[in-house]
Amino acid sequence: MGAQQRIYKQRIRSTQTLKKMFRAMELIAASRIGKARDRAVQASPYERAITRAVSAVATHGDVDHPLTTERTDTNRVAMLVVTADRGQAGAYSASVLREAEQLRLELEEEGKEVALYVAGRRGVSYYQFRRREIVRSWTGNSDNPAVQTAEEIGTTLLEAFGAPVDEGGVSELHLVFTRFRSMVSQEPQVVRMLPLEVVDGVAPVGEEALPLYEFEPSPEAVLDALLPRYIRARMFNALLQAAASELAARQRAMHTAVENAEDIIRNYTRLANQARQAEITQEISEIVSGADALAAS
Amino acid sequence: MPLNVEMVSADRTVWSGEALSVAAPAADGDMGVLPGHQPVLAVLRPGAVRVRPLEGGQTVELEVSGGFLSVDQDEITIVVDPTTAEAAADTQES
Repeated sequence: MGAQQRIYKQRIRSTQTLKKMFRAMELIAASRIGKARDRAVQASPYERAITRAVSAVATHGDVDHPLTTERTDTNRVAMLVVTADRGQAGAYSASVLREAEQLRLELEEEGKEVALYVAGRRGVSYYQFRRREIVRSWTGNSDNPAVQTAEEIGTTLLEAFGAPVDEGGVSELHLVFTRFRSMVSQEPQVVRMLPLEVVDGVAPVGEEALPLYEFEPSPEAVLDALLPRYIRARMFNALLQAAASELAARQRAMHTAVENAEDIIRNYTRLANQARQAEITQEISEIVSGADALAAS
Repeated sequence: MPLNVEMVSADRTVWSGEALSVAAPAADGDMGVLPGHQPVLAVLRPGAVRVRPLEGGQTVELEVSGGFLSVDQDEITIVVDPTTAEAAADTQES
Protein backbone atom coordinates (compact mmCIF):
# COMPACT_ATOMS: atom_id res chain seq x y z
CA MET A 1 0.00 0.00 0.00
CA GLY A 2 1.32 3.39 -1.01
CA ALA A 3 2.18 6.12 1.42
CA GLN A 4 -0.58 8.35 0.13
CA GLN A 5 -3.20 5.69 0.64
CA ARG A 6 -2.01 4.95 4.15
CA ILE A 7 -2.34 8.58 5.17
CA TYR A 8 -5.90 8.74 3.90
CA LYS A 9 -6.81 5.52 5.70
CA GLN A 10 -5.38 6.91 8.91
CA ARG A 11 -7.42 10.07 8.61
CA ILE A 12 -10.59 8.13 7.88
CA ARG A 13 -10.05 6.02 10.98
CA SER A 14 -9.43 8.96 13.27
CA THR A 15 -12.44 10.82 11.91
CA GLN A 16 -14.55 7.73 12.50
CA THR A 17 -13.47 7.68 16.14
CA LEU A 18 -14.37 11.33 16.49
CA LYS A 19 -17.70 10.72 14.84
CA LYS A 20 -18.52 8.06 17.42
CA MET A 21 -17.72 10.51 20.20
CA PHE A 22 -19.85 13.25 18.68
CA ARG A 23 -22.70 10.81 18.22
CA ALA A 24 -22.47 9.71 21.87
CA MET A 25 -22.49 13.32 23.08
CA GLU A 26 -25.46 14.09 20.88
CA LEU A 27 -27.39 11.18 22.36
CA ILE A 28 -26.47 12.12 25.93
CA ALA A 29 -27.60 15.71 25.38
CA ALA A 30 -30.82 14.49 23.79
CA SER A 31 -31.66 12.25 26.71
CA ARG A 32 -30.85 14.91 29.30
CA ILE A 33 -32.87 17.58 27.63
CA GLY A 34 -36.08 15.70 28.33
CA LYS A 35 -35.15 15.54 31.97
CA ALA A 36 -34.29 19.24 32.06
CA ARG A 37 -37.66 20.13 30.56
CA ASP A 38 -39.45 17.91 33.06
CA ARG A 39 -37.73 19.73 35.88
CA ALA A 40 -38.80 23.07 34.48
CA VAL A 41 -42.38 21.78 34.29
CA GLN A 42 -42.21 20.48 37.86
CA ALA A 43 -40.92 23.77 39.17
CA SER A 44 -43.61 25.83 37.48
CA PRO A 45 -46.41 25.34 40.09
CA TYR A 46 -44.15 26.95 42.66
CA GLU A 47 -43.42 29.92 40.48
CA ARG A 48 -47.09 30.25 39.58
CA ALA A 49 -48.12 30.18 43.24
CA ILE A 50 -45.59 32.82 44.19
CA THR A 51 -46.34 35.07 41.25
CA ARG A 52 -50.02 34.89 42.10
CA ALA A 53 -49.39 35.73 45.72
CA VAL A 54 -47.13 38.66 44.82
CA SER A 55 -49.80 39.98 42.48
CA ALA A 56 -52.34 39.59 45.28
CA VAL A 57 -50.26 41.74 47.58
CA ALA A 58 -49.54 44.20 44.79
CA THR A 59 -53.22 44.73 43.99
CA HIS A 60 -53.92 45.12 47.68
CA GLY A 61 -52.34 48.53 47.81
CA ASP A 62 -49.14 50.44 47.62
CA VAL A 63 -46.23 48.10 47.57
CA ASP A 64 -43.38 49.66 49.38
CA HIS A 65 -40.51 47.38 50.07
CA PRO A 66 -36.72 47.74 49.96
CA LEU A 67 -36.61 45.26 47.08
CA THR A 68 -38.93 47.35 44.94
CA THR A 69 -37.31 50.70 45.67
CA GLU A 70 -34.59 52.20 43.53
CA ARG A 71 -31.32 52.70 45.33
CA THR A 72 -29.63 55.96 44.59
CA ASP A 73 -26.70 55.84 46.98
CA THR A 74 -24.37 53.78 44.79
CA ASN A 75 -23.67 53.38 41.08
CA ARG A 76 -22.49 49.83 41.44
CA VAL A 77 -24.71 47.35 39.64
CA ALA A 78 -24.55 43.57 39.68
CA MET A 79 -24.58 41.46 36.56
CA LEU A 80 -25.10 37.72 36.73
CA VAL A 81 -24.05 35.82 33.63
CA VAL A 82 -25.26 32.26 33.26
CA THR A 83 -23.04 30.17 31.00
CA ALA A 84 -22.23 26.50 30.48
CA ASP A 85 -19.69 24.45 32.40
CA ARG A 86 -18.40 22.68 29.34
CA GLY A 87 -17.87 23.61 25.74
CA GLN A 88 -19.01 21.57 22.75
CA ALA A 89 -22.27 23.44 22.74
CA GLY A 90 -21.84 25.56 19.65
CA ALA A 91 -22.31 29.26 20.20
CA TYR A 92 -24.23 28.82 23.46
CA SER A 93 -21.74 30.35 25.89
CA ALA A 94 -20.35 32.75 23.30
CA SER A 95 -23.70 34.34 22.59
CA VAL A 96 -24.51 34.75 26.29
CA LEU A 97 -21.14 36.37 26.84
CA ARG A 98 -21.60 38.65 23.84
CA GLU A 99 -24.94 39.78 25.24
CA ALA A 100 -23.29 40.33 28.63
CA GLU A 101 -20.51 42.42 27.11
CA GLN A 102 -23.04 44.57 25.35
CA LEU A 103 -24.98 45.09 28.55
CA ARG A 104 -21.77 45.98 30.37
CA LEU A 105 -20.93 48.63 27.77
CA GLU A 106 -24.41 50.10 28.05
CA LEU A 107 -24.23 50.18 31.83
CA GLU A 108 -20.80 51.75 31.80
CA GLU A 109 -22.00 54.40 29.38
CA GLU A 110 -24.62 55.28 31.95
CA GLY A 111 -21.78 55.79 34.39
CA LYS A 112 -22.36 52.63 36.36
CA GLU A 113 -19.80 50.29 37.73
CA VAL A 114 -20.43 46.63 37.00
CA ALA A 115 -19.89 43.97 39.64
CA LEU A 116 -19.59 40.62 37.94
CA TYR A 117 -21.22 37.40 39.13
CA VAL A 118 -20.73 34.36 36.94
CA ALA A 119 -22.32 30.93 36.84
CA GLY A 120 -20.66 28.25 34.72
CA ARG A 121 -17.01 27.47 34.09
CA ARG A 122 -16.96 28.83 30.54
CA GLY A 123 -17.93 32.25 31.76
CA VAL A 124 -15.41 32.14 34.58
CA SER A 125 -12.54 31.28 32.26
CA TYR A 126 -13.66 33.91 29.75
CA TYR A 127 -13.49 36.66 32.34
CA GLN A 128 -10.40 35.33 34.05
CA PHE A 129 -8.54 35.34 30.76
CA ARG A 130 -9.47 38.98 30.33
CA ARG A 131 -8.43 39.71 33.90
CA ARG A 132 -11.81 41.03 34.94
CA GLU A 133 -12.67 40.89 38.56
CA ILE A 134 -15.32 38.32 39.40
CA VAL A 135 -17.11 38.99 42.67
CA ARG A 136 -18.42 35.49 42.98
CA SER A 137 -18.83 32.48 40.76
CA TRP A 138 -20.67 29.19 40.83
CA THR A 139 -19.51 26.25 38.78
CA GLY A 140 -20.55 22.67 38.31
CA ASN A 141 -23.86 21.18 37.24
CA SER A 142 -24.75 23.87 34.77
CA ASP A 143 -26.79 21.33 32.82
CA ASN A 144 -28.61 20.08 35.90
CA PRO A 145 -28.90 22.94 38.38
CA ALA A 146 -29.87 22.16 41.96
CA VAL A 147 -32.41 24.17 43.92
CA GLN A 148 -29.67 24.78 46.48
CA THR A 149 -27.48 26.49 43.89
CA ALA A 150 -30.34 28.75 42.87
CA GLU A 151 -31.04 29.55 46.53
CA GLU A 152 -27.39 30.31 47.13
CA ILE A 153 -27.16 32.59 44.12
CA GLY A 154 -30.41 34.28 45.08
CA THR A 155 -29.31 34.79 48.65
CA THR A 156 -25.91 36.17 47.65
CA LEU A 157 -27.41 38.66 45.26
CA LEU A 158 -30.16 39.70 47.63
CA GLU A 159 -27.52 40.30 50.26
CA ALA A 160 -25.51 42.40 47.81
CA PHE A 161 -28.63 44.43 47.05
CA GLY A 162 -29.25 44.97 50.73
CA ALA A 163 -25.64 45.68 51.69
CA PRO A 164 -24.39 49.16 52.55
CA VAL A 165 -22.32 51.02 49.95
CA ASP A 166 -18.95 50.43 51.56
CA GLU A 167 -19.54 46.69 51.74
CA GLY A 168 -20.09 46.36 48.04
CA GLY A 169 -23.79 47.08 47.89
CA VAL A 170 -25.34 47.22 44.44
CA SER A 171 -28.25 49.25 43.19
CA GLU A 172 -29.43 46.98 40.40
CA LEU A 173 -29.28 43.37 39.39
CA HIS A 174 -29.21 42.33 35.79
CA LEU A 175 -29.44 38.72 34.78
CA VAL A 176 -28.05 37.46 31.48
CA PHE A 177 -29.20 33.97 30.59
CA THR A 178 -30.53 31.97 27.68
CA ARG A 179 -34.26 31.57 27.37
CA PHE A 180 -35.45 28.23 26.10
CA ARG A 181 -38.12 28.89 23.50
CA SER A 182 -38.11 25.56 21.74
CA MET A 183 -35.73 22.82 20.73
CA VAL A 184 -34.55 24.89 17.79
CA SER A 185 -34.65 28.37 19.25
CA GLN A 186 -32.92 29.62 22.36
CA GLU A 187 -32.04 33.23 22.76
CA PRO A 188 -29.80 35.05 25.20
CA GLN A 189 -31.76 37.49 27.28
CA VAL A 190 -31.16 40.32 29.68
CA VAL A 191 -33.58 40.73 32.56
CA ARG A 192 -33.44 43.39 35.22
CA MET A 193 -34.37 41.54 38.38
CA LEU A 194 -33.80 44.12 41.07
CA PRO A 195 -35.28 46.45 42.01
CA LEU A 196 -38.49 44.60 41.29
CA GLU A 197 -41.22 46.25 39.30
CA VAL A 198 -44.24 44.86 41.05
CA VAL A 199 -46.45 47.88 40.95
CA ASP A 200 -47.73 47.45 37.43
CA GLY A 201 -48.78 43.87 38.08
CA VAL A 202 -46.30 41.03 38.07
CA ALA A 203 -48.20 38.86 35.68
CA PRO A 204 -51.71 38.44 34.42
CA VAL A 205 -53.24 35.99 36.84
CA GLY A 206 -56.27 35.08 34.80
CA GLU A 207 -59.69 36.48 34.14
CA GLU A 208 -61.20 36.27 37.60
CA ALA A 209 -60.40 39.14 39.88
CA LEU A 210 -58.25 38.41 42.88
CA PRO A 211 -60.24 38.26 46.08
CA LEU A 212 -59.56 40.62 48.92
CA TYR A 213 -57.10 38.72 50.99
CA GLU A 214 -56.59 38.89 54.65
CA PHE A 215 -52.89 39.09 55.39
CA GLU A 216 -51.43 37.19 58.25
CA PRO A 217 -49.67 38.68 60.16
CA SER A 218 -49.56 41.86 57.98
CA PRO A 219 -49.22 42.79 54.30
CA GLU A 220 -45.67 43.99 54.94
CA ALA A 221 -44.64 40.75 56.61
CA VAL A 222 -46.18 38.70 53.83
CA LEU A 223 -44.33 40.77 51.26
CA ASP A 224 -41.15 40.37 53.26
CA ALA A 225 -41.48 36.63 53.04
CA LEU A 226 -42.66 36.60 49.46
CA LEU A 227 -40.27 38.80 47.53
CA PRO A 228 -36.99 37.03 48.31
CA ARG A 229 -38.76 33.79 47.47
CA TYR A 230 -39.98 35.29 44.25
CA ILE A 231 -36.45 36.29 43.31
CA ARG A 232 -35.13 32.83 44.12
CA ALA A 233 -37.89 31.15 42.16
CA ARG A 234 -37.12 33.29 39.13
CA MET A 235 -33.44 32.59 39.58
CA PHE A 236 -34.11 28.86 39.63
CA ASN A 237 -36.33 29.18 36.61
CA ALA A 238 -33.60 31.06 34.75
CA LEU A 239 -31.06 28.37 35.63
CA LEU A 240 -33.39 25.62 34.44
CA GLN A 241 -34.04 27.40 31.18
CA ALA A 242 -30.33 27.97 30.71
CA ALA A 243 -29.70 24.27 31.33
CA ALA A 244 -32.29 23.21 28.78
CA SER A 245 -30.88 25.70 26.29
CA GLU A 246 -27.36 24.47 26.88
CA LEU A 247 -28.36 20.89 26.23
CA ALA A 248 -30.33 21.81 23.12
CA ALA A 249 -27.39 23.82 21.81
CA ARG A 250 -25.05 20.94 22.56
CA GLN A 251 -27.28 18.44 20.83
CA ARG A 252 -27.46 20.60 17.74
CA ALA A 253 -23.74 21.31 17.71
CA MET A 254 -22.93 17.63 18.06
CA HIS A 255 -25.40 16.73 15.35
CA THR A 256 -23.64 19.12 12.99
CA ALA A 257 -20.30 17.69 14.08
CA VAL A 258 -21.44 14.18 13.21
CA GLU A 259 -22.57 15.36 9.80
CA ASN A 260 -19.30 17.13 9.19
CA ALA A 261 -17.39 14.04 10.21
CA GLU A 262 -19.41 12.04 7.71
CA ASP A 263 -18.59 14.57 5.00
CA ILE A 264 -14.90 14.35 5.80
CA ILE A 265 -14.97 10.57 5.79
CA ARG A 266 -16.69 10.58 2.40
CA ASN A 267 -14.11 12.97 0.97
CA TYR A 268 -11.19 11.01 2.29
CA THR A 269 -12.67 7.75 1.05
CA ARG A 270 -12.87 9.29 -2.43
CA LEU A 271 -9.31 10.54 -2.22
CA ALA A 272 -8.13 7.15 -0.96
CA ASN A 273 -9.86 5.40 -3.84
CA GLN A 274 -8.33 7.84 -6.28
CA ALA A 275 -4.90 7.25 -4.80
CA ARG A 276 -5.39 3.49 -5.09
CA GLN A 277 -6.51 3.83 -8.71
CA ALA A 278 -3.56 6.08 -9.50
CA GLU A 279 -1.20 3.58 -7.95
CA ILE A 280 -2.68 0.70 -9.94
CA THR A 281 -2.63 2.70 -13.16
CA GLN A 282 0.96 3.58 -12.52
CA GLU A 283 1.90 -0.02 -11.81
CA ILE A 284 0.15 -1.21 -14.97
CA SER A 285 1.86 1.39 -17.10
CA GLU A 286 5.18 0.46 -15.52
CA ILE A 287 4.62 -3.22 -16.28
CA VAL A 288 3.38 -2.52 -19.80
CA SER A 289 6.23 -0.20 -20.60
CA GLY A 290 8.64 -2.69 -19.05
CA ALA A 291 7.24 -5.48 -21.23
CA ASP A 292 7.37 -3.20 -24.28
CA ALA A 293 10.96 -2.37 -23.61
CA LEU A 294 11.81 -6.07 -23.27
CA ALA A 295 9.92 -6.94 -26.44
CA ALA A 296 11.65 -4.15 -28.34
CA SER A 297 15.10 -5.25 -27.35
CA MET B 1 -67.32 20.75 49.42
CA PRO B 2 -63.76 19.62 49.85
CA LEU B 3 -60.70 21.80 49.73
CA ASN B 4 -58.43 21.72 46.73
CA VAL B 5 -54.94 21.59 48.11
CA GLU B 6 -51.69 22.07 46.29
CA MET B 7 -48.48 21.88 48.29
CA VAL B 8 -45.45 22.97 46.32
CA SER B 9 -41.76 23.32 47.04
CA ALA B 10 -39.19 25.09 44.89
CA ASP B 11 -38.56 22.20 42.54
CA ARG B 12 -41.79 20.25 42.48
CA THR B 13 -45.28 19.62 43.74
CA VAL B 14 -45.04 17.89 47.11
CA TRP B 15 -48.67 16.93 47.52
CA SER B 16 -51.88 17.78 45.77
CA GLY B 17 -55.43 16.59 45.98
CA GLU B 18 -58.69 17.10 47.79
CA ALA B 19 -58.75 17.50 51.51
CA LEU B 20 -61.14 17.93 54.41
CA SER B 21 -58.96 20.29 56.38
CA VAL B 22 -55.54 21.83 56.52
CA ALA B 23 -53.60 22.91 59.57
CA ALA B 24 -50.55 25.11 59.20
CA PRO B 25 -48.23 26.95 61.56
CA ALA B 26 -48.97 30.56 60.59
CA ALA B 27 -46.70 33.29 61.89
CA ASP B 28 -49.02 34.37 64.69
CA GLY B 29 -50.18 30.93 65.71
CA ASP B 30 -51.44 27.72 64.21
CA MET B 31 -54.19 28.10 61.70
CA GLY B 32 -56.80 25.57 60.70
CA VAL B 33 -58.54 25.84 57.38
CA LEU B 34 -61.91 24.27 56.65
CA PRO B 35 -64.02 24.65 53.52
CA GLY B 36 -65.48 28.14 53.19
CA HIS B 37 -62.56 29.91 54.82
CA GLN B 38 -62.11 33.55 53.92
CA PRO B 39 -59.28 34.42 51.51
CA VAL B 40 -56.05 34.71 53.40
CA LEU B 41 -52.34 34.96 52.70
CA ALA B 42 -50.32 33.81 55.66
CA VAL B 43 -46.63 33.49 56.30
CA LEU B 44 -45.59 30.22 57.91
CA ARG B 45 -43.12 29.72 60.70
CA PRO B 46 -41.16 26.50 61.21
CA GLY B 47 -43.45 23.66 62.20
CA ALA B 48 -45.60 20.92 60.74
CA VAL B 49 -48.19 21.34 58.02
CA ARG B 50 -51.01 18.79 58.30
CA VAL B 51 -53.43 17.94 55.59
CA ARG B 52 -56.41 15.62 56.18
CA PRO B 53 -57.12 14.14 52.76
CA LEU B 54 -60.65 13.41 51.55
CA GLU B 55 -59.74 9.83 50.82
CA GLY B 56 -57.15 7.57 52.32
CA GLY B 57 -57.64 8.68 55.92
CA GLN B 58 -53.94 9.04 56.71
CA THR B 59 -53.02 12.58 57.65
CA VAL B 60 -50.25 13.98 55.50
CA GLU B 61 -47.70 15.73 57.64
CA LEU B 62 -44.70 17.72 56.51
CA GLU B 63 -42.13 19.50 58.61
CA VAL B 64 -41.37 22.89 57.11
CA SER B 65 -38.87 25.58 57.93
CA GLY B 66 -40.96 28.29 56.35
CA GLY B 67 -43.24 29.18 53.51
CA PHE B 68 -46.66 30.66 53.03
CA LEU B 69 -50.24 29.64 52.64
CA SER B 70 -52.88 31.14 50.44
CA VAL B 71 -56.57 30.36 50.66
CA ASP B 72 -58.85 31.44 47.88
CA GLN B 73 -62.37 30.01 47.60
CA ASP B 74 -61.41 26.57 48.81
CA GLU B 75 -58.34 26.60 46.59
CA ILE B 76 -55.41 26.26 48.92
CA THR B 77 -51.83 26.74 47.84
CA ILE B 78 -49.13 25.99 50.35
CA VAL B 79 -45.65 27.00 49.38
CA VAL B 80 -43.22 25.20 51.63
CA ASP B 81 -39.53 24.95 52.34
CA PRO B 82 -39.24 21.36 53.50
CA THR B 83 -36.76 21.02 56.34
CA THR B 84 -35.13 18.11 54.55
CA ALA B 85 -35.41 16.70 51.09
CA GLU B 86 -36.17 13.29 52.57
CA ALA B 87 -39.12 14.63 54.51
CA ALA B 88 -40.62 15.89 51.29
CA ALA B 89 -39.92 12.64 49.50
CA ASP B 90 -41.60 10.67 52.31
CA THR B 91 -44.74 12.74 52.01
CA GLN B 92 -44.94 12.13 48.34
CA GLU B 93 -44.66 8.39 48.71
CA SER B 94 -47.27 8.00 51.42
